[in-house]
This record gives sequence, structure tokens and C-alpha cells, in this order.
Amino acid sequence: MSERATATARRGSLPPATAHQFDDAIQQHEASGLGMWVFLLTEILFFGGLFTIYTVYRSLYPEAFGHASSTLDIQLGTINTAVLIGSSLTMALAVHTAQVSRNGRLVALFLFATIALGTVFLGIKAIEYAQKFHEHHVPGPYFHYEGADPQQSQLFFCLYFCMTGLHALHMVIGVCVLAVLGVMALRGRFGPDYYTPVELTGLYWHFVDIVWIFLFPLLYLVERHT
Amino acid sequence: METAERIDEPARPDGGTNYLNVNYGIRSWLLTVDHKRIGLLYLGTITVMFALGGLFALLIRLELLTPAGDLVGPDTYNKLFTMHGIIMVFFFLIPSIPATLGNFLVPMMIGARDLAFPKLNLASWYIFIVGSLFTLWAVFTGGVDTGWTFYTPYSTVGSHTKVIPVAVGVFINGFSSILTGLNFIVTIHRMRAPGLTWMRLPLFIWALYATSIIFILGTPVIAITLALVGVERGLHIGIFDPALGGDPVLFQHLFWFYSHPAVYIMILPSMGVVSELITCFSRKAPFGYEFIAISSLAIAFLGFLVWGHHMFVAGMSPYASLIFSFLSFAVAIPSAVKVFNWTATLYKGAISFKAPMIYALGFIGLFTIGGLTGLFLASLGLDVHVHDTYFVVAHFHYIMVGGALMGYLGGIHFWWPKITGRMYPESLARIAALVVFLGFNLTFFPQFILGYLGMPRRYNAYPDEFQVLNVMSTAGASILGIGYLMPFCYLLWSLRYGQRASANPWGATGLEWQTPSPPPTENFAVTPIVEGPAYHYSEKEAVLV
Repeated sequence: MSERATATARRGSLPPATAHQFDDAIQQHEASGLGMWVFLLTEILFFGGLFTIYTVYRSLYPEAFGHASSTLDIQLGTINTAVLIGSSLTMALAVHTAQVSRNGRLVALFLFATIALGTVFLGIKAIEYAQKFHEHHVPGPYFHYEGADPQQSQLFFCLYFCMTGLHALHMVIGVCVLAVLGVMALRGRFGPDYYTPVELTGLYWHFVDIVWIFLFPLLYLVERHT
Repeated sequence: METAERIDEPARPDGGTNYLNVNYGIRSWLLTVDHKRIGLLYLGTITVMFALGGLFALLIRLELLTPAGDLVGPDTYNKLFTMHGIIMVFFFLIPSIPATLGNFLVPMMIGARDLAFPKLNLASWYIFIVGSLFTLWAVFTGGVDTGWTFYTPYSTVGSHTKVIPVAVGVFINGFSSILTGLNFIVTIHRMRAPGLTWMRLPLFIWALYATSIIFILGTPVIAITLALVGVERGLHIGIFDPALGGDPVLFQHLFWFYSHPAVYIMILPSMGVVSELITCFSRKAPFGYEFIAISSLAIAFLGFLVWGHHMFVAGMSPYASLIFSFLSFAVAIPSAVKVFNWTATLYKGAISFKAPMIYALGFIGLFTIGGLTGLFLASLGLDVHVHDTYFVVAHFHYIMVGGALMGYLGGIHFWWPKITGRMYPESLARIAALVVFLGFNLTFFPQFILGYLGMPRRYNAYPDEFQVLNVMSTAGASILGIGYLMPFCYLLWSLRYGQRASANPWGATGLEWQTPSPPPTENFAVTPIVEGPAYHYSEKEAVLV
């Protein structure tokens, strides 16, 4: 009994950031980090299904995919790529600042900058979607395509919307999480002794960024060399 | 030092607080983050799902009592076997051992206070509930008739049933599997007690670690595939529809990329349970611990490379078929390693035939039959003959019911004293284990013969000459049903009237037996320190009897 009481007391004296199941903050930090990496592994397989389907159909219908790809707006796509890489920079700066300083306002500034760039990305994506909608390139009963092989092209647009849509959904979730973190940072919750949420969200954000780095050439750059 | 004393300390007879009586009320259960209580929440939920899936099975067997399709029409029959499959696979077998015994035992077996992410663990149960409700709503408002495999294009343009809600239910359910797997992997990596090295881990932990890897890598693929089926069906676009340029065989590849490893999600945890039971009830360390441990990982790895054997007649290149056939034979090797090592563990052991041991021995025999007939099906020529017949049905029921479910029941009995603090009635439990074994064989062995003679699966009517074997199968199913009802009744009875269990009623060696039954909320008063291998039975032999 007394052993138990001391054990409870010992746990009670730990800093509030350490949950009851962990021995110390280091174990908690390592467990959280591993958890995020395992989650990202799942995410890779989640997108992997779509990348597999893309690979199969592109190898079956290379010409239709090339033509359909050239109807995408390469300027907006390129700008978006730059915007997203920029957001990864601000994200990395937020993580670094949280790790080395107690300056919560600076962490929040970088987090909100990341949110702003992410929102710009989503806005540009919305403009691109609207263009496709007006051109009747959205798959479904109203799909209309002037080029050869409209069916095979429709498959390309199916994959375009599914892949960029799933990516955009991840962006939206990321922006929401970043907003919560931004408020927490303003309240001075993060510093060199506790920055796990910022670091893990950073991992997630970079992952979503890397997915786009693959999506951009696969969707926009299929036949640009000619 | 302190842990050594605790091993022999009798359980507190009453008065001590444990995880069950620490607080009461519905809120204390619905908002709990205690892995043990979450395990029990899952246990209740999947028992309901099992009963429902069993009800559909009962209706199927009743229909097949006579050659004519008289009890239900073909459309209803399609729905019955579809919903039986979907509920049993996704809502019972896949969560069965990991979410109940796994949740309860993983932290206790490695000497931790809880899983790494307790709130995520509770979230996984709520996700499971939401997915189940979605599916149940679809089941009770019309049902679904695509087969549990959702093959396209029937599921996207052919079927007029509730495909989307069921697919959404399975999709949501997948995230609960992913969260459970993630939690287990992180917990096993980061939260082992001091001295508990990888090669000292209980074999049950190895099995669940391998299972978790499949959860993490397989589940997202079926999630995205079912999402695309929903999109295709809802928006009338053709990702898998040949009329619109899509490839239906691609759907089958993606589906089986998860759904074949899912078979190992079902069987690996049972293998882990059986490893614990065989060692405990033959009072011997397992023969070839390392081989049993690593064979779990080998099964998880090879299991991802054999999905094509479901598609030998679906239109695949003969070279791909050859490779898939070879790999399917290869995955039998680690499975056989386990069977041989269990058998060698029994050799010269001091065997006692307690109810869990009867289940474990039943598992070895039935899994061997199921595994060997799997090799028949992995052979290209024979598969063409028996594909889509009752031979396949019998084969996978030997694995999933004869294997996975026997292990689950054996495990529930074995850890029942730890979970509830009460003993189950032993002689009744032995009879029930035998009833399950006999009923199971009478149900499914005739189906091997039926399939070999050419009776196709998924029809509600059949030629007269198949009736004798079908009557045998239905009679067996009735016995099997009684075999399942018996534990349900006496386990509930034991909650109130069962003999109180000591901390370690079996004289087993795992860390979970070093703490009172039922355990306190924090599992261990003092974090145990491990100083030797997991199974040191020969030393303990004298203490027992």
C-alpha cells in the first residue's frame, strides 16, 4: 500500500505535460514521435492506392493521359508548388523556434504564416477546380471533352480530382491543427522543454507537402517536354 | 526484489480497489481511458456483432437444409451471405483478439501502466461504434448483396442495395483498426518494462506486433479502394467500370492486397494465444522461441505478397499466377514452423487438459487442415477445379472459425480469471470446448466434399444428390451454435457465482499474472523488472500442483 502511495505521489510530482502512462517526458516525446511516423506510414499506403491506380491507367492509356494533362493550368500549378514549399519553410522555422527559444509570439507568427500560405494554396486550387467545372472536365454525367478518347481522359480527370482532393483535405485538416497550435503558442505553451505538438504537426505538414511534390509532375507535367 | 515477492502473494480476497470497482456508473465506462475497460467495451460490442453474424449464418444453413430454394429467395440469400461475411470479417474477426485481449493484455504483458495513447484507444472504440452503426443501419434498412468482397462493376453499377452506407461503415471501421495497430506498435517499442528485451517478449506480443504492422500497412489501401467504389457509385464515374475505360480486375488487386493480409490479422493473434496456452498447460518453455517469434513477422511480410491467389481465374497473366502460387506455398513455411514448434513443445511436457488447452489443441488440428487445403487452392490447376465452390468456403472457415475463433475462445477462458477475478466452471467449459470442436467439424468437413464434388458457393438451391452432406452441415451448425451459447451463459454466470480467482490460477509466467486479479487501474503497484526469458516453466514446476 505504501509503495503504491509513493508511486502515485511520484507520478503526481511529474510536470503536467507528462501523461500518467509514461515514466518521463523523454519517453513521452519519443512515443509521440514514433506514433506520428507510424501514422505517416499509414498515410503513404492511403495515397499509395491512388498512385497505384494512376500508374496502371497511365501505362494503359499514355496518350490520353498526356493530352488531358496538358489541359491543366501549369502556371497556377507551378505557383502552388512554390507556395507549398514556402509553407514548409515557415513550418520548419516554427519548429526550430519552438525548440530553441521561449518566444511564443515568434512561433505563432511562423505558424500563422504557414496557415496563410496553406490557405493561398487552397484558394488557387479552388480557382483551378472552378476552371475545370466551367470546362465540363469534372467527371460524371456532365463530363465533356473535345479531344480524342474522352473516356480515357475522364479516367485522368477522375484521378486528378481524387488525388488533389484527398491532398486538399489533408491541407484543410493541417490548417485547422495549425490554428489550434498558433493559439497555444501565443499563450506561451511551447518552448525548449515542450514542443512535441509543433514538431509532429511539422512532420505531417512536410508529408502533405511531399505528396504534392509527387502529384505535381504526375498530373501537370506528363507531356510538357514536347 | 519487490516483484519477486509479489509473484507468490495471494490475491487480495476483497476490499482492494481494482479497475472494475474503482468507480461505477455509465460515464466512468464511456469516458474511460483505461486499456482494460476499453478492452471490455470492445468485448461487449463484438459479441453483439458475432451474435448478429451468427444469426445470418443460421438462416443460411436453414435455407440449405433442403435442395429447393424455399425458405428465402435468391435475392434475400445473396444479402444473407453478404451480411454474414461483412459482419463476421470486419466487425468480429478483425477486431476480435487485438481489440479485446490485446487491449487488455499488451500493457500488462510488457509491464506498462497503459497503452502509449489511451485517448486514441478510446477514440478507436468510438470510431468502431460509428462504423458499426452505419453498417447496421444499412443492414436493417434493406441490406447489401454484393458479397463481402464488393466486386466491381456489380457493386458500382449493378447492385440496387445499400452498398455506399456499408462501404462507409467498413471505411470508418478501418480507422479504428489503424489506431489500435498504431497504439500497439508504439507501446511495444517504447513502453517495455526495464529488462524486457525483444527476445524476452511473450509470443502473444510478437503476434500482435506482426498483426499491427498489417493493420498499419494494409487497412489504408482498402479504405481508399472502398472510398473510390463509393465515389464511382455515387457520381457515376468509371474508375473500375470497363464500360468507362476502367479495369475491374484492378479493383480485385487492391481489394485483396488488404483482404488477404486481413486473414493473417485474424489468425496471427490466435497463434499468439495458442503459443501462451501450449506453454502454460504443458509446463514447458516453447520449443524454438525465436523461430515462433520471427515466424510471426515472416507471415506478416509474406502475407502481403500472395494476394493474387484469389484471382487465378480472374484474368491475370500466367507468369503472375505462377509467382503468386509459389509465394503462397512459401507463406506455409512460417505457419508450419509454428505448428511443428507447438507440437515439439508438447513433447515430454506435463500436459493438463484444462478448457483453454482443449481449444489450443483443437486450433492446431483445425488450422493444419485449413492450412493444408490452402495449399490445394494455391495450386494453379486444382484451383480452377474448386474455385468458387464449397471447398473454398470450408477452407477459410477452417482458418477463421477453426483457427481464429478457437484461439479467441481459448484466450477468453485463459485470461477470464485475470479479467474478471472469477474462475469459469471448468468441467462445463471442457464440455463446451468439445461441443465446439465436434460441431465445427460436422459443419465444415462435409463442405470440403461438397465443394470437391462441384457444389458452387452463393446459391440458395442445389441438386438433390448434395442433400445428405448439407443436412450434416446444418446439423453441425446447430451443435456449433449450442457450443457458442454455452460459454456465453456460464461466463456470465461466473461473473456473480464463479469461484474467486487468485492472482495466478494457472501458475503461468507472464507479467500479467504477477498482479492481482482483477488488476488495479495502474496494473502494477511497482513497475516490474524483468531478469530472464518469458517462459521459465521448469523452475516453477515444483511450486505448482
